Amino acid sequence: MTAADPQMSDSMAAELADWRDTILRFLADEVEPHYEQWERDGIVPKSLYRKMGDAGLLCVDAPEAYGGSEAPLEFSFAIAEEAARLGYMSLVTNVMMHSDIVVPYITHLGTEAQKQKYLPRMISGEWFGALAMTEPGTGSDLQAIKTTALPDGDGYRLNGSKTFITNGQNADVVIVAAKTDPSGGAKGTTLFLVDTNLPGFKRGRNLEKVGMHAADTSELFFDDVRLGHDAVLGRLGGGFGHLIDELPRERLMLAVAAVAHAEGALERTIAYVTERKAFGQPVASFQNTRFELARIKTEIEVTRAFYEKCCRLYAEGRLDVPTAAMIKLATSDMEGRVVDACLQLFGGYGYMTEYPISRYWADARVQRIYGGTNEIMKEVIARSLVGR
Amino acid sequence: MSTQNEELEMFRDTVVRFFKDNVEPHYEQWEKDGIYPKDLYLQMGEAGLLCVDMPEEYGGIGAPFAFSCVVVEEAARMGYLALASNLTVHSDIAAPYILHLGTEAQKQKYLPKMATGECIGAIGMTEPGAGSDLQGMKTSATADGDDYIINGSKTFITNGQHAGVVVLATKTDPKAGAKGTTLFTVDTSLPGFKRGRNLEKAGLHSADTSELFFDNLRISRDEILGRVGGGFGHLIDELPRERLVLAVSAVAHAQGALEKTIDYVTERKAFGQPIASFQNTRFVLATCKTDIEVHRAFVEKCTQQYADNTLDVPTAAMIKLATTEMEGRVTDACLQLFGGYGYMTEYPISRYWADARIQRIYGGTSEIMKEVIARSLVGR
Repeated sequence: MTAADPQMSDSMAAELADWRDTILRFLADEVEPHYEQWERDGIVPKSLYRKMGDAGLLCVDAPEAYGGSEAPLEFSFAIAEEAARLGYMSLVTNVMMHSDIVVPYITHLGTEAQKQKYLPRMISGEWFGALAMTEPGTGSDLQAIKTTALPDGDGYRLNGSKTFITNGQNADVVIVAAKTDPSGGAKGTTLFLVDTNLPGFKRGRNLEKVGMHAADTSELFFDDVRLGHDAVLGRLGGGFGHLIDELPRERLMLAVAAVAHAEGALERTIAYVTERKAFGQPVASFQNTRFELARIKTEIEVTRAFYEKCCRLYAEGRLDVPTAAMIKLATSDMEGRVVDACLQLFGGYGYMTEYPISRYWADARVQRIYGGTNEIMKEVIARSLVGR
Repeated sequence: MSTQNEELEMFRDTVVRFFKDNVEPHYEQWEKDGIYPKDLYLQMGEAGLLCVDMPEEYGGIGAPFAFSCVVVEEAARMGYLALASNLTVHSDIAAPYILHLGTEAQKQKYLPKMATGECIGAIGMTEPGAGSDLQGMKTSATADGDDYIINGSKTFITNGQHAGVVVLATKTDPKAGAKGTTLFTVDTSLPGFKRGRNLEKAGLHSADTSELFFDNLRISRDEILGRVGGGFGHLIDELPRERLVLAVSAVAHAQGALEKTIDYVTERKAFGQPIASFQNTRFVLATCKTDIEVHRAFVEKCTQQYADNTLDVPTAAMIKLATTEMEGRVTDACLQLFGGYGYMTEYPISRYWADARIQRIYGGTSEIMKEVIARSLVGR
């Protein structure tokens, strides 16, 4: 693994290397022995998040004032990188949703009271977070959401449903995008912090998927959930803008996982083709194998350079929306190509669940869909080139 | 850094202006002629566009490598890839060989004239029977008193018609394999040197690409470049720079194709609306743009590694493989968006497409790049 920033100081590089060891040890001790079972269960036990919190592996870049360690972004990335590289993609998305999406929303947009209430508990792993945007009738077209939060006495009344919600089963708090002004279009959207113990909140079933089995992905229902004004996150009617503001970081995180996931698949494939023999010689000696490996390695390194550049842009506050769309598109497409080519080199074994490469392949598929489909990414990029 | 960036952008303006004034009006004719006039090199030398990163004592301006890249970049972006390719061989391959390996006498003899454009450089490696497999070459240089006698032939030599000096790879010890390879600086005015025909190609028409023949050519041992028997190592040492410059041209060429395509699709209408409004057009443009930006980042990273002397052989192979394959994809997708017009020579996009094809072949084929990369992953 390479550091995100080639100009990183030696002392920080050393700290980051130690940090990676900590992460790897945790994953070896607490994840590896159980992961296959969790995949069969369709969920990760909540106790894992407490253990991660205790080990300091949640929300590492959150402010110290609320219990975080305010580490540079690379430290947060390292968790996603190592878990993705080892093939624990469900865990990556669950934890990323919590640490790198939900918590930053609260850090960036929350009132002092909201921060005091949520951040320490989320950093310790006591509470887990989710973000609810997508609805059964509204995928990429967020302006069309139907969930409403209409003024009611001294607060709001939340009604509607959401789907495909990562951490849906384990979430203690959900950031919900709702229409506070149904006639206001994008400007009528407001974000709310919804505690899942509130009356009227109901979880739907844990959805079955073609991959990412250990990620709990669910429908959520809101039936007259009463919310105070203190549940509004950010500006009233400002929800759409807030979502847009947070996109670059989300897409960058997704890219981090994509590159590391592809790299992990390649590592496993190299190990396999050098061991495995066919027609009396190692699979690695066939020209097709060699050329495929070379192509895959090159794809990963090229994309990694782009991701490193985007990390620098993000750190400088210059990662714009079209570039963030490019990094999401490029890395997840690359990931899909790479894991597919890697599986092929395993032959029939690659299709067997007992070989982790099969999981890399199945898990990678959703990366081109969630976090904004790649078709939406292309539309965003195209607008920057030729307008609407 | 920012001052250097400003200077670099000023230099870029100079380069673009030069090409607009001195290349654009004539390029189509040169493409038909299969060569451009030697005078162009003199003009470029005069304008300070040749060998710009050579030290001042040898006629360069001692500019950073990035300045030399800008000349190639702009030529490629504007669609003059034949020129970019010839310039690369002259300024970024032949001249650096002499600078890095030459004796003081060789440097004095060749470099100042290369910077002015009086003497054009070429590299003679490939032979009719030895393409990527350089160890199989047959051109021999046999010691004869204080001299060597060179016999053999080379092919696909860029700048072959115009070259005043050829950095020539020969076998001085045919039995020693790679270790028997020695480089010479061959002055093309020497008796025994003969140029073959200017080869017709599928693209890159105005680049003169030729066979060269050496018939009992007597040459002084003073013209040995680098170590006797060290030729193969020298070739390997210079590869990262060559592949990097090629990558620079590939990204810029793809960028230029995209620029021309964006102009076209926003102007051109079909079924009553601009082509740019169709979803397929938009998605193809987005894919091309992303492909370009991703590869640009890799080129930038490798350029930094080259400056830090950490660009290794497998990574140089990756940059050559990745950028030229991208260039092929992008120019092909761009041509498609022009429809039938894209196939007409009068639309420059057709030239971008045809010119791009060779980039996956010369400078080490994509397949050789893959083999080099594979060795770094799983050994031989």
